[in-house]
Amino acid sequence: MSLTKATFFSWRALAALLLLLVPGVAFAQDAAAAAPTVDKGDTAWMMVSTILVMMMILPGLALFYGGLARTKNMLSVMTQVGAAAAITMLVWVGWGYTETFGDDGNAFIGGFGKALLKGVTPASTSATFSAGVAIPEYVFICFQMTFAAITLALVLGSVVERIKFSAVLVFGVVWLTLVYFPIAHMVWAGGGLFFSMTPAALDFAGGTVVHINSGVSALVACLILGKRIGYPREPMPPHSLVMTGIGTGLLWVGWFGFNAGSALEANGSAALAMINTFVATAAAGMVWLLAERLSGRKPSALGFCSGIVAGLVAVTPAAGNSGPLGAIVLGAIAAVVCYLAVTFLKPKLGYDDALDTFGIHGVGGIVGALGTGIVYSAAFGGPSPDGWSMSAQLVTQLLTVGGTVLWAAIGTAIAIFVARLLTGLRVAPDVEREGLDLGEHGERAYNH
Amino acid sequence: MKLIIAIINPFKLEEVRDALAAAGVQGMTISEVRGFGRQKGQTEIYRGAEYTTSFVPKVRIELVVPDGQAASAIEAIQQTAGTGTIGDGKIFLLDVAQAIRIRTGELNEDAI
Repeated sequence: MSLTKATFFSWRALAALLLLLVPGVAFAQDAAAAAPTVDKGDTAWMMVSTILVMMMILPGLALFYGGLARTKNMLSVMTQVGAAAAITMLVWVGWGYTETFGDDGNAFIGGFGKALLKGVTPASTSATFSAGVAIPEYVFICFQMTFAAITLALVLGSVVERIKFSAVLVFGVVWLTLVYFPIAHMVWAGGGLFFSMTPAALDFAGGTVVHINSGVSALVACLILGKRIGYPREPMPPHSLVMTGIGTGLLWVGWFGFNAGSALEANGSAALAMINTFVATAAAGMVWLLAERLSGRKPSALGFCSGIVAGLVAVTPAAGNSGPLGAIVLGAIAAVVCYLAVTFLKPKLGYDDALDTFGIHGVGGIVGALGTGIVYSAAFGGPSPDGWSMSAQLVTQLLTVGGTVLWAAIGTAIAIFVARLLTGLRVAPDVEREGLDLGEHGERAYNH
Repeated sequence: MKLIIAIINPFKLEEVRDALAAAGVQGMTISEVRGFGRQKGQTEIYRGAEYTTSFVPKVRIELVVPDGQAASAIEAIQQTAGTGTIGDGKIFLLDVAQAIRIRTGELNEDAI
């Protein structure tokens, strides 16, 4: 205790000494502009939010996806998810952050002045949504980095059980560069195409950037890659819904960092996002079970998990842009639409989206993005300002969804073809039959 | 000597084992197996994908008994494994040519 105190005082003394040594610098900053306030509460909350999103990926998404796969592909799924996240972090430092949020960009990408995080120091700050309030730029960089990482990992859900590990890495780097960074810039960065619309696109925490984007990319990727051998004739039931259930819980908890953290401050807006992330999700989980009952089936564990994720996806753009009642309605609608998509649309169209990334993230994301333009209204308890026009907002939301779908589809096709050229894309049929755990990684998930 | 092979419901295993022990049976081998007879399996549904599992989990019991004990062992199995519904299983009776205890080299009834 006394040691801590002594250390504290010595640091303060050191800081005071430094200030005495550089009075010129301090005065110069004051004269230029009032330096933004960096609040310790905000900073601490954003650090916690960032690691909550990290937990959504590992082990959250890895377990959620891994449990849905077959026994022979468990390690492959977990490794692909983990490596996708890791490679995103490296690319993010290299050019991802600057391509997304760098100064002096255009409508489609940021400027490249911050490549390799050039010029960023512990003293650098990033603006929040309140005038004069900022958070350390390193925290903002890390927070946004986890979003890029989980989006790439989500895309893989449609192509697992047959895509090569090397193809995942090549596809990942190209896809981030051509698809994720530009779309994140267009929606979230000042000067971005959709951000600059009047009214600006509403996407609180990434319904468009993360979910529509990953869902559509997943669909295009699995269409080009082709179906798994035996699909849909052979049974391919999930090998462990227990793990999928654990993953679902980790995703829901982590999503509070994802949604409430997107307020960038520990304030009322974050609190609104928090309650919406509870109630929209609860509604969606229950409504999915109800939809199963009404179509003459049993209320299933996987249905509950699927409803939870569909609700989380749908409330993502609406988290700080809706009242709790609006969020409940949005979650309920998303559950019904996603249920219909994975139960009836997928078998009818015959594409092999192995873990339903499109059916839940793509479809749920579109429901959420369009629905946000409605539940934002003060008439439904949302935080819309005076003079806001729902019809104008819906036009912006539609254009944003359409633009994202188009950009993601074209960019993904290019990224998949590059991966095919460099790696061959798909494992050999005997590796696919024996399982990617043995064929690609030389291990078995379970040795009984 | 006779070899008795019984395919029974897994949840009946302990009852059958106790009844066979009471009938003087010295040992048995069991394995978890899957199969179908009149009972056709169940339907599982995952996100709308329906799978009919055409094989039902069962337990197979194998035991070798002296000729004189076969009837009482079979009766013990039939009494305890039955529930009166389809899926109760089947019992097969086969002749055994020879039995050898590996440790001592004892033969036939001395070996079982």
